[in-house]
Amino acid sequence: MTFLHRNRWFLLFAAIVLVLPAFISDTYYLSILAFMATRLMIVVGLALLMGQAGQVSLGHAAFVGIGAYGAAILTTKAGLDPWVAMVAAALMAAGVAAVIGMPTLKLKGHYLAMATLGFNEIAFILMVQLRSLTNGTDGITGIPSLRLGPIDFGQPRLYHVLVWGVALLIFLFSLNLAGSRVGRALKALHRSEPAAAALGIDTSGRKLQVFVISAVFASIAGSFDAYYVQFISPDSFTITFSVILVTSVVIGGLGRLWGPVWGTIVIVVLPELIKRVNEDATYLVFGLLLIAIMVLFPLRSGPLKEWLERLGGGKSARGPAGRRDRGPGRPPAE
Amino acid sequence: MALLRVDRVTRSFGGLEALKEVSFSLQERQIKALIGPNGAGKTTMFNLIAGSDRPTSGRILFRDSDITGRRAHQVCRLGVGRTFQHSLVFNDMSVLDNVRVGRYTKTRSGILPAVLRLPRYRKEERAVTVAAEHALRRAGLETKAAEPAGNLPLGERHLLEIARALAAEPSVLLLDEPAAGLNDEETDRLAGIVRQIRAEGVTILLVEHDMGFVMDLSDEVVVLDYGRKIAEGPPLMIQNDEQVIKAYLGED
Repeated sequence: MTFLHRNRWFLLFAAIVLVLPAFISDTYYLSILAFMATRLMIVVGLALLMGQAGQVSLGHAAFVGIGAYGAAILTTKAGLDPWVAMVAAALMAAGVAAVIGMPTLKLKGHYLAMATLGFNEIAFILMVQLRSLTNGTDGITGIPSLRLGPIDFGQPRLYHVLVWGVALLIFLFSLNLAGSRVGRALKALHRSEPAAAALGIDTSGRKLQVFVISAVFASIAGSFDAYYVQFISPDSFTITFSVILVTSVVIGGLGRLWGPVWGTIVIVVLPELIKRVNEDATYLVFGLLLIAIMVLFPLRSGPLKEWLERLGGGKSARGPAGRRDRGPGRPPAE
Repeated sequence: MALLRVDRVTRSFGGLEALKEVSFSLQERQIKALIGPNGAGKTTMFNLIAGSDRPTSGRILFRDSDITGRRAHQVCRLGVGRTFQHSLVFNDMSVLDNVRVGRYTKTRSGILPAVLRLPRYRKEERAVTVAAEHALRRAGLETKAAEPAGNLPLGERHLLEIARALAAEPSVLLLDEPAAGLNDEETDRLAGIVRQIRAEGVTILLVEHDMGFVMDLSDEVVVLDYGRKIAEGPPLMIQNDEQVIKAYLGED
């Protein structure tokens, strides 16, 4: 009972996305839904890093790339089982994240952002230049799809259940982490590192842990995409994609538990909707709408909030502070 | 046996010696004050003890083991709690959640038990709440548990920092100017709470400018001036010490 009650919104969301394919016959829309699942995995991890631990990665596309290329190379060139390749790639992403994070997360400030930016560029160059492994800009074709015994997940509806199942588990992971001991520690160090350290929290260790987890989520998502599309090329893993990922987190609202879901929906669905009205103006309108959303919605002190408060007779629409589903984290007061 | 011993500690920043060969020790259940004019090195000393800074030379011993150069979170784990001069409460978290964070070192659940909601984790979380409420009562803030910490007046923010530090059950508590910005009534309330905490077995080292508060509360006072210790002793002795009077009033 308490489980059902506490997770009612999550369960409702899970039920909706898992049942959705029954009403969709167009494979194009099914594929958009599938991409939303992997996008959600990445954004959930990045939101943990940004919203909870207060660090920014501008190179998450590269971790997605490690997952995708790891899966592609290990299956097509080394003949590994797709699942094994996925795990191997995720371990590699974790290792790379640890190497980047260890020196940079000990420092104060946004050194991680700079280091990951550089890393993304290096990773991109390697994808293009290491032709014997990656086929350069031609990319890798013929990547096998995931199978489990007799079940072939190349079938779109089956794949949908699998990929959304994993995305939902990863989302539940972040929901459960937020209110826990580790979640509190992350929140604390985001607000004041000296105060958190004085309370016994190993701040650089905790930040590193979250960064590694977010890299693993991104890698898993990359592998799923590679097995689904069965083709990958370097231009899916540019810094531009990293920026889009960061935008998804910000649009959803920093520190908001459901932020990744809203952010993913907005960033994936909005361009599709605009495209149907006017294909040429898609990204112009999309950009303007993003600005509008950022100005109006996520900030707790934004105009929309004020307007709503005035509408509600000056009373705050939110419960007391410290409840779980809260507005975007204020920047740390230091 | 001294609980905490500072042994000929020097800290220089470039050419400036913020602390020069300072030694003193803290006996169990003592309330000791560290006073001195601005820039005397009091907060520097706190940072060295609490592990947020390293001494240039000298040693810091806690329960006779050398903790010099240990990092802040390790020092906390050993049983040294602290508060900050400029209150560092987590403003947008509730008062109770602030104190829950303070329970960090007394709990163990990592990421897996939490995300899997294992029974062990849930049991621990219940214990965290109980302990946090207890710490709030010790600091007299039990009625404010649900309020956002940022809504508290300054005096209660100091108390919240104390409660948060107490949640880790420290054996030594370092209080950095707890009475700064408080009115008389709040200062009295703070003094009562500090005494009560000591009575419960916590040793206290405090930096404070409010001389009434210091002299009233402390068993012993250490006076720093330009990074050197110029006097140490019971409040009455310090108040009549010529060098101390000179340091505070200036020479003519």
